[in-house]
Amino acid sequence: MLRRVFPHPLLSLTLVATWLLLVNQITVNSLVFAVLLGIFIPMLTRPYWPEMPRLSRPLMVVEYVFVVLYDIVKANIDVALIVLFKRRADLQPAWISVPLDIRTPEAITALAATITLTPGTVSCDLSENGHAILVHALHAPDPAAVRDDIKARYERRLKEIFA
Amino acid sequence: MITYALIFAIGSFSLGLLLCLWRVIKGPRVSDRILALDTMTVNAIALLILLGIALGSPIFFEVSMLFALVGFVSTVSYCRFLLRGDIIE
Amino acid sequence: MTDNLPLWGEIAVTVFLVAGGIFGLVGSYGLIKLPDPMTRLHAPTKATTLGIGGVLIASMIYIFATEGRVSMHELLITIFLLLTSPITALFIAKVHLHMRERPDTLPKPEDSEGWASFEADGPARGVRDVMPVEPGSPDKTR
Repeated sequence: MLRRVFPHPLLSLTLVATWLLLVNQITVNSLVFAVLLGIFIPMLTRPYWPEMPRLSRPLMVVEYVFVVLYDIVKANIDVALIVLFKRRADLQPAWISVPLDIRTPEAITALAATITLTPGTVSCDLSENGHAILVHALHAPDPAAVRDDIKARYERRLKEIFA
Repeated sequence: MITYALIFAIGSFSLGLLLCLWRVIKGPRVSDRILALDTMTVNAIALLILLGIALGSPIFFEVSMLFALVGFVSTVSYCRFLLRGDIIE
Repeated sequence: MTDNLPLWGEIAVTVFLVAGGIFGLVGSYGLIKLPDPMTRLHAPTKATTLGIGGVLIASMIYIFATEGRVSMHELLITIFLLLTSPITALFIAKVHLHMRERPDTLPKPEDSEGWASFEADGPARGVRDVMPVEPGSPDKTR
């Protein structure tokens, strides 16, 4: 019964939080409407998202978010320094193929978004069977190091979260 | 002190807007132009929020949120059009 | 504008505004300076995100210091931009892949036939580039 009303509990919670942020105040009115949205939108969109992602270690998500936020700030400073002080001729852009161990669509989406937001890399494409991701690096004298860094820093944590 | 910081921030984002405009005009690739337009929307959002601080009006947050939504959808649909020749198949 | 703000608020708002302005400007300057279309994708997706993040944090601190309430709209805009900028970057990269690269100019993926853009999506059917260049050749446009 509970699964029928809340097919995606996390989505419901996110919708409630988003609506409360949008109206920018917490009153009974807005809370009731937020809960209604949190119930009806997951029910209506259920056919498009039949399987629920399983978070095996929810506390790891907090650690992951902080690691990514720290890396975003570091990445921005790195990219800003490259843009300002590196000559065009010294720049060594590279295409890198990163093999993936994670298989669930949610985990791969999170990894691709993380790669784009962090140090000098943009995720561009997925291989046909979804077992590798194509990454473009802004300045990579050693492409293998970038690949190992992505696998060790982000993919390992995502694997534990979505195990 | 905040006045000078606001003037600096507004000046730098306006300059960024002009640099993006130069890239939109110059191209040379279609993907460059889309990217520059997307960056222009982000710069415009920053300018709107700075204007909100300067004038002390909360209405600019709604405007910038709508700008963020419309900018995202327009960038994605332009790319989609280039890729598929159609937006909604 | 600078009415009855405590010193800590003034300093924090100034620092975040200046940092945001610098990062935003560097992001847009990277669009001009970097040599080819794919590297140009890097500067705006990252630097402008942090630039706008700095401005939004400054706005939150300013409203908290002057009016004593926590404004959450800025947080919503920041999260929205952080979620959407990878998607726009992915779409622009896909446009670039279709127009400027071929499967043999990219590294080969492990245990797979090829990249989804070429194998599963089929050719791009949109308008073509006005200045066609041989796919995969170096593209040092200024």
